[in-house]
Amino acid sequence: MEPKTKVHAEAGKQELVITREFDLPLELVFKAHVEPDLVEQWMGTKVLKLEPKKHGSWQFETTDPIGNKHGFNGVFHEFVPNRKITRTFEMESAPFGAQLEFLAFDELSPTTSQLTMHVIYRSVGIRDQVLQLPFAKGINMAHNRLQDTVNKLITNSL
Amino acid sequence: MNLRRDVFQAIADPTRRAILLLVASQAMTAGAIAANFDTARPTVSKHLHILTECELLRQEQAGREIYYHLNPKKMKEIADFIEPFRQMWDDRFNKLEAIMKNYQANQ
Repeated sequence: MEPKTKVHAEAGKQELVITREFDLPLELVFKAHVEPDLVEQWMGTKVLKLEPKKHGSWQFETTDPIGNKHGFNGVFHEFVPNRKITRTFEMESAPFGAQLEFLAFDELSPTTSQLTMHVIYRSVGIRDQVLQLPFAKGINMAHNRLQDTVNKLITNSL
Repeated sequence: MNLRRDVFQAIADPTRRAILLLVASQAMTAGAIAANFDTARPTVSKHLHILTECELLRQEQAGREIYYHLNPKKMKEIADFIEPFRQMWDDRFNKLEAIMKNYQANQ
């Protein structure tokens, strides 16, 4: 079966495209990007600020499994209801700087829709690092688990 | 032999990607890895052989058992390893879909 979410990232380019078809009317997919309580639910983040308009800004804060807080922020350059969002996105705890995101919302039928996210990074190197983050996180988590085990062994032997 | 191309061939297979993700969280024996798949044990062994041959996994003997470890150095060489990234967005969008279906039902 074809995956519902696709990521297109060509080698040597500083951009990528994420596409997703939703079994939802267009208005509901857009609403999920506007209402803070809905954003909090699907993004798994706390919404500190979300001004859904041109020149508005946004600020999220997530807490990782170890309890560390991570900030994310950006500004909206375009906000056209049910059509498109152009925004910047920056991870405060990473050295990548801002990335530019173009979100296009398209109706496929009255009950289905498609979201296309075109993301542009400052360099090819930064894009590749961001792409590998979820995998790197998996490796770090393995290290953290190892650290926990070692700490326990030390504590038990004292 | 073009080792780099082999690495990409190695990760082109969904079962092998799943094995890498499993082993990323902890070193495992072949038996423990195979227990996570419906695939026949010899098929999993073949995948482990390929992953070890291109150095994405390394074997370590611990007593009578052989444990498979992820080789993070080799993993870093793969610039196009986008599956976990795709999975992360897929999980988010699946949640979005579920939440909005619920929202729609409550209107």
